[in-house]
Formats: sequence, structure tokens, C-alpha cells
Amino acid sequence: MQTKVENNKAWFLVLPVFLIVAFSAIIPLMTVVNYSVQDIFDPYTRYFVGTEWFKQVMLDSRLHEALLRQFLYSFTILAIEVPLGICVALMMPTKGRGASLSLILVAIPLLIPWNVVGTIWQIFGRADIGLFGAFMSGIGVDYNYASDPTDAWLTVVLMDVWHWTPLVALLCYSGLRAIPEVYYQAARIDQASRWAVFRYIQLPKLTNVLIIGVLLRFMDSFMIYTEPFVLTGGGPGSSTTFLSQSLVQQAIGQFDLGPAAAFSLVYFLIILLVCWVFYTTIMNMQKDK
Amino acid sequence: MTQSSTTPISHNKGITKEQAPVYSRAERKARNANLRGRFGLVLYVVLLLLPIYWLVNMSFKTNTEILSGLSFFPADFTLENYAKIFGDATWYMGYVNSIFYVSMNMVISLIVALPAAYAFSRYKFIGDKHMFFWLLSNRMAPPAVFLLPFFQLYSSVGLFDTHIAVALAHCLFNVPLAVWILEGFMSGVPREIDETAYIDGYSFPKFFMRIFIPLIRSGIGVTAFFCFMFSWVELLLARTLTSVDAKPIAAIMTRTVSASGMDWGLLAAAGVLTILPGMLVIYFVRNHVAKGFALGRV
Amino acid sequence: MAWMSWTLPTALFFIGIAVILVGMTTWQILSPCVERRGFLPLATTRGDRLFIGLLSSAFIHLAFVALTDVNIAVATALCAFWMIILMRWG
Repeated sequence: MQTKVENNKAWFLVLPVFLIVAFSAIIPLMTVVNYSVQDIFDPYTRYFVGTEWFKQVMLDSRLHEALLRQFLYSFTILAIEVPLGICVALMMPTKGRGASLSLILVAIPLLIPWNVVGTIWQIFGRADIGLFGAFMSGIGVDYNYASDPTDAWLTVVLMDVWHWTPLVALLCYSGLRAIPEVYYQAARIDQASRWAVFRYIQLPKLTNVLIIGVLLRFMDSFMIYTEPFVLTGGGPGSSTTFLSQSLVQQAIGQFDLGPAAAFSLVYFLIILLVCWVFYTTIMNMQKDK
Repeated sequence: MTQSSTTPISHNKGITKEQAPVYSRAERKARNANLRGRFGLVLYVVLLLLPIYWLVNMSFKTNTEILSGLSFFPADFTLENYAKIFGDATWYMGYVNSIFYVSMNMVISLIVALPAAYAFSRYKFIGDKHMFFWLLSNRMAPPAVFLLPFFQLYSSVGLFDTHIAVALAHCLFNVPLAVWILEGFMSGVPREIDETAYIDGYSFPKFFMRIFIPLIRSGIGVTAFFCFMFSWVELLLARTLTSVDAKPIAAIMTRTVSASGMDWGLLAAAGVLTILPGMLVIYFVRNHVAKGFALGRV
Repeated sequence: MAWMSWTLPTALFFIGIAVILVGMTTWQILSPCVERRGFLPLATTRGDRLFIGLLSSAFIHLAFVALTDVNIAVATALCAFWMIILMRWG
């Protein structure tokens, strides 16, 4: 990396970005903070309640469950998507027409609107009209994502794996393509095993992209809303209600502005912490290079 | 024919025999692994496309056929579902609305992100790292957190139910993403090019437009693609900020539920039509998209 | 601005944050700081330590609110103390 020039005038180049993002980020965030300390009936009837909502939110067992479910979910999909993504990336051809074709085919799920992803799986998983549901009942599994919590959970995870493994795969693929052919030639001369090639040539090159991949997947799964909303509506019971869903239920469904805002802030702080840890890791790794 | 084909084969055999002690086992192994890889890839892609195939399949069926049982091909092939969408303004306007705000978002994101990414990739300035992190944290923030204030913010400035409102709201995550990707691509361009251009008497705007932008064309294409993609797939904000005039197709799709029972065929057809634009766009950037997925940081 | 439902404490909070940011910027212009390593396991600048301090303070406040009935001012005092340690030796 070349050294950068010190120049504070560069701020003028960043200013438009700052203004446009600040408009959409800072003003709403301030509003959320304001809401979180008040009991609001309408803009003119509101009472200052201090930290009461925070206490309520922090001690709310439903939210604890949602948070736990959220972490469990995020780790489950990461544990499946990362290895699977690496495998797919290793299998994808790097040259020729096959490369472009497989790239486009693999990327398709990423380009589908999230509610359509939900719809696709809603249809696909039904025993009466969907292939997957019919297949499951065909092999004798009593499968119904709308009434059985385990099945619902399984379907949501499967949907996410289907939807987002391509992202990990494409990230790894671009990492693999950046490895110079010389490395492989050297390995061939040394008669390195397939595993050794992977462990000592490919994996080190992949760490960078994998961290980005894990960051993106963790964050996006942490804010997942639309897909489970369409597929299961958070049910049966609350078995697939994740953080965003509980939040939207509270804010829009019950119109509890205060608690919803306090919840938002706690949620946001967790995100900020995780995001900072990842960011620092990425930046330090780039510095080491 | 026989003559000409036998010679090269025997010739080949000669070579393998010669190299046998060094390569043949490893090579055979590699070929086997390659074959297994191809098979695995095909299997994966088939499994990947199966749900989509099922959707497409359903979109060409009538509702009676859908509900009467499973079949891999529509027995009673019909375009009725599509005709319904293209014949009804409330349906097809949803697509127009979506494409409209997505394009607006794409243009805004690129225009503001290009100079900023240049600043991040070339200069050190006070608070640069923190600014970069703050941008990134906005990409990661869940839209659900901002839902209600967004609604009130855009209502209070009179932008509720306009395309620009959704485009601006999507800037929240697309601008940081665009800056991040573009910064990655720009860092790959050697600084010497900038310096030479300045020595040659180019002013900054002229240099940026004439020399720099053409250099990172592929990066811009990929960034545009990502802005398109994330704005196109997002529903929560788009649905909250619109009611009639700018309602996105994704929100209109819920209409199929409220009608008498579920109109599965229509739902499937609408879904298929939302997949097409993405496939068109990815075709144009297919050669660079892999690098873009790594946010230009390979 | 009515829809933003401002209250005095939150307004003061944001003014405080803004003042800190402006102050940090001025400080940086007057005497630029170099990255260094303190008791934290990574090299940090002044701004990094401020961020770490604010974020951890937020979590300390949350913990206080959730787990104890102690007045929030106690948490704030504790955080101020923590911030000073962090900025000086972090």
C-alpha cells in the first residue's frame, strides 16, 4: 500500500456523502434516542420517563429469547454457509465460458427480492403444491413448516443457506482467482497433496475475503426480517421471531414507541460493537500485509 | 482417419510414459478431483435452481392445476398470469416504480460516492478512519431500527410516497457500500498516474473525469450493479415509505393473498418478473462481479 | 421539528457529543496525535480511544439500568472515571 498524502481539503470530497448519509442516519437516530426516554401518546402528549423503557427492555424475557434465537441462527447459518461456500468456490472453473456461466447461475439467488425469496420457499415447502414439501412427505417425514417449530426453523435456515451461500462462494471465488498460477506450479513440482494446496496456498489467500464474508453474513443475518416474515410470520408461536421482527411488531404493530426505541438502541449498540470488532480486525490485517 | 488419429495417441502415450515417474499419479488424481468438482458444482447449481424452476413452472399453470397436484411441466400451459400483470396498471406500475427509485438511488449513490472514495483512497485527513467506520456501521445497521423515524422524517419534509424518498432512504446502506467497493478498486490504481496528470497540467475535475473514471470503469460498473441489487431486493423501507404512487412491486405482490384465497399462479408470475431485471444486469458485469463481491479487496 | 420529540436531557446529550467531537478535532489540528499502544491490546489513536470509551460507557450504563436500582448518575460518574483512564493510559 502506498503512503497517503495528508490533506484536510479531502473533506470537501467526502462532504456530500456525509450529508446524504447523515440525513438518513443521524436525524432518525436522534429521534430514536428521544423516543426512548419518553412515554409518547402523540407528539403533544408525552412524558419524560428516564431509563424506564431501557430497564423494561433489558429485562424482557421475550427479547432475551429473541436475542438468543438470533445468535443461534446467525451462528448456524455461518457454520453451514462458510464451509459450503468455500467448497463451491473450489469447484467453480476459473477460466473459459464455464466460469462466466457458473458465476451467473450461482449469483441468481442474490438478485431476488427478499420477499420473493420468502414466497419461493413458502411455495416450495408446502406439501400440497411445493416440490420440497411433497418430497419430504414422500419419504415419510411429517414435515410442515407452518405448524411445527422445528420444521419452521429448518426451513428458515435452509432458505438462508440457499439464498446467501452464493455470496460466500463468490467472495471465495474472487479470492481464489487472485492466486497466481506460479503457486500451483510450485505445488505440483513439490507433489503437494490436494489438502496441502488448500491448507497452505488457498486458505491463506482466502482469509481476507472470508472475514468480509463472515462480517456481511453475520450482520445481514442479524437484521433478517423480510424472508422469515413472508415464510412463517415469525411463527409457529414465536419460534422464528428474530430481533428485527420483534422490533417491528412492537413499533408498528403495538405502536409502543418508547420501548421500541429503547429496544432499537440496545440492538444498535450490539451491532456497533460487533461491527467495530470486525472492522478493526480487517484493518489490522491489511496493515500487516 | 485411422492413420492420422493413431499417431498422436501413440505419441501422447510416449509422453505419459516418459513422465510417468514424476506426474502420472498426481495428474490422474487431479483429473479425478476435477471431475468430482464438476459433478459437485452441477449438483449444487441444480439444487440452487430447483426452487426457482418450481416458481417458473407454477407461473405458467392455472390455479386449478396448481392445486390439483404436482407436475414438473404445466399440462395446461397458460400465459394468463402474465397477461393479468401486464394488463393491469396497478400491477405493472409497481415494476415501473421499483425500477424508477432503484435507478435514482444508483445515480445518487455513484455521484456522491465517487469523490468520497477517491478521498479515502488517496488522502489522509482528520477523522478519515472514523468516518469510514461510521459509514460502514450504517451499512450494517438494521433498517427496522430506523423504520418509524424514517416514516416521520419523510412525512415531515413532504416526501412521503415519492420515489426520491425511497431512493434517499436506500442511500443509507448503498452509499457506504459504494464508497467501500470504489475505494477498493481505486486503491488498485497506482498513485503515479495522478501525479503525472497533475504535472501535465490537468486540474482535479478534468483529471477525474477524463483519466481516472475511465480507469476504474469496471469498478463503477460493479458498484452500480451492487447498488441496483441491494435497492432492488429491499422491501421493508420501500414499503414503509410508500402508499400508492411509488409503491414497489414487492409490496404490491401481497395483494394476491387478500383476494379470495391465494392466487398462486399470479404470485409466481409476479415473482418471476422480479427476478428477470437482476439477471439482465448481472450479465453485463459478469467478468468483474466476483471482484466486486469481495468489495474490490482481493 | 415537533415530530422529533426533543427533551432537555437528550438535547444536552447530543450537544455534549457534538462538543466532544469539535473539541477532539481542534485538539487534533493543534497537536496531531500518533498511534500508540497502552493497556489495550491494539494500537490506538486518541479518536479510537474516545470511541472505545463511549461504546463501553453505553454498555456500562445499560448494565447498570438493567441489573441495579442505583441512580444512573453513579454509572455516569463511573464512566467518566473510566474514560479518563482510557484516554490517558489506553
